[in-house]
Amino acid sequence: MSILVYTESENGKLKKAAYEVASYAKGIADLMGTSVTAVTVNAENVEELSQYGVDKVLKVSSDKLSKFNADAYAEVITQAAKKEDSKVIVISQSANAKYMAPLLAVNLEAGYVSNAVKLPILDEGFNVERTAFTNKAFSMTSISTDIKVLGLSNNSYGLKENESSLTQEEFSPELTDENFGITVESVDKNKDKVSIADAEVVISAGRGMKGPENWGMIEELAGVLNAATACSKPVSDMGWRPHGEHVGQTGKPVATNLYIAIGISGAIQHLAGISASKNKVVINTDPEAPFFKAADYGIVGDAFEVVPQLIEKLKEFKANNS
Amino acid sequence: MKILVCISHVPDTTSKINFVDNDTKFDTNGVQFVINPNDEFGLTRAMWFKEKQGASVDIVTVGGKDTEPTIRKCLAIGADTAYRVDTQPLDGFQVAKELAKVAKDGEYDLVIAGRESLDYNGGMVPGMLAKLIGANFINTCVSLDIEGETATAVREMDGGKETIKTSLPLVIGGQKGLVEESDLKIPNMRGIMMARKKPLNIIEPLSSETHTEAKSFRKPEPKGEVTLIDADNLDKLIDLLHNEAKAI
Ligand SMILES: Cc1cc2nc3c(=O)[nH]c(=O)nc-3n(C[C@H](O)[C@H](O)[C@H](O)COP(=O)(O)OP(=O)(O)OC[C@H]3O[C@@H](n4cnc5c(N)ncnc54)[C@H](O)[C@@H]3O)c2cc1C
Ligand SMILES: Nc1ncnc2c1ncn2[C@@H]1O[C@H](COP(=O)(O)O)[C@@H](O)[C@H]1O
Repeated sequence: MSILVYTESENGKLKKAAYEVASYAKGIADLMGTSVTAVTVNAENVEELSQYGVDKVLKVSSDKLSKFNADAYAEVITQAAKKEDSKVIVISQSANAKYMAPLLAVNLEAGYVSNAVKLPILDEGFNVERTAFTNKAFSMTSISTDIKVLGLSNNSYGLKENESSLTQEEFSPELTDENFGITVESVDKNKDKVSIADAEVVISAGRGMKGPENWGMIEELAGVLNAATACSKPVSDMGWRPHGEHVGQTGKPVATNLYIAIGISGAIQHLAGISASKNKVVINTDPEAPFFKAADYGIVGDAFEVVPQLIEKLKEFKANNS
Repeated sequence: MKILVCISHVPDTTSKINFVDNDTKFDTNGVQFVINPNDEFGLTRAMWFKEKQGASVDIVTVGGKDTEPTIRKCLAIGADTAYRVDTQPLDGFQVAKELAKVAKDGEYDLVIAGRESLDYNGGMVPGMLAKLIGANFINTCVSLDIEGETATAVREMDGGKETIKTSLPLVIGGQKGLVEESDLKIPNMRGIMMARKKPLNIIEPLSSETHTEAKSFRKPEPKGEVTLIDADNLDKLIDLLHNEAKAI
């Protein structure tokens, strides 16, 4: 009856989000007085999960699963959940996990709560808080089914260290052609850049940057902080930056530890997508820009003067603190 | 090709979000409702299939009579027939089951839904629907072409995109990219007049079986004042980010 957690990997390495969902699963296991089983697909460094309270890993290795396939992965986790007789299954809210979760929920006849932000409360039934209304509110949601699937919003629980002694087991789920109704023909991934979803820090810039030729300093600042770059919607609409960088209500959601907004006014549709970020910094010439109401730290100033100085100061800071 | 577009009727994003009845219900007072933006991109792509490939396009909403202005707008944009399943949407699974029945009965080749809705934004309905009717499923779909029984699509994922081939029947969770904002159509007078004559069929719901229930709501605690830092004192910012926020 252990808690099952799907710990994602990329190119054989577990992702940071995997340790966060493992920490969260351990939190639930403690509440319910049970253990944690993780399931991995083609991951190598699984012993690191013992730092975060995982008791057992079901290791799936299969060439057929080398590219993510939502239906096949949902089937893998379904079979793992049945094998472990798990009543609670925890996943992240990466694009892949969100793609797969509803399929998994139907397979297991489970109630699914996405964007969960806290540990469940088990006093009366099974209740968990999640975000709703594009992050403008939280909803306490109860799940009435026997089996539950929880999608943990990125960076909302954090990593919690919990030493455990881990056992590993090879697991070979049975997959049929039906699980491969979709064929991935090609993947176009920016390999040397941090993705917005995986980044600890996101540097985002808006129309205040005046033109695409001025993004050098944004890239440089991102480089210093090992951050992903993002932008406001008009910036990608005008073709200054690729569409994949657009964040906000109609773009990518950002739930990062630090979000630095440069030359972005802070329109409600922009804020809707980034409000789950922990710390927000705004740099804007206009002290009346709405972003100052949403930010934790603000600098009223010209990006063209502030950003180059900030890069120099951060380089110094990094040199002294590493 | 028969296309069904799933439309959810949601508060416009600029709406003030408030709750009533002891924070158990969303306060719809003074709230402007719109076609969920992700669904409008999908509907517009469906109109392209209609014009260029002779597809038929129906729309479906699970909701009360209050959703009818949104439904009429979809008909005015050019959908052929509308279905409204006459029940309040309570959770993703319940909505997916109702939609699955409509999709099965109508033998649709392609069902277009949105990546997520702006109200509960659960991102649950399209995938559940696909699984319930045994169709292929592509989420966060930013490009879709169909030739005979074969679909070619682009899916956005974390840090990139992938190109996918699959076959009909297919369900997608779509978003911007299927079409651009500049392609969205504002219904003209003729469209609005024609929409009045188009069929809006009311369907009795199957059941109200749900898996989850939103018990109560709360708004985030009011955020503290922003800490302003002088542009000449960036050391201060770095110090705060390091020691206070622990973010660098
Ligand atoms: C349905 C809908 C959905 C939308 N979805 C999104 C979305 O997902 N994401 C999104 O971002 N937007 C979205 N928008 C658009 C949104 O309303 C705003 O128009 C947009 O976010 C503004 O982008 P911006 O802040 O870059 O530009 P602007 O509003 O033009 O702001 C530029 C800012 O830069 C500042 N500035 C100028 N020069 C400098 C300088 N030298 N140094 C520092 N600061 C400077 C200005 O003071 C200003 O505040 C949506 C709109 C609609 C209607
Ligand atoms: N009540 C509803 N009626 C019709 N379609 C819906 C309804 N709710 C959700 N959908 C569809 O499912 C998508 C995702 O919604 P959700 O799972 O609520 O985030 C929406 O973009 C719609 O296409």
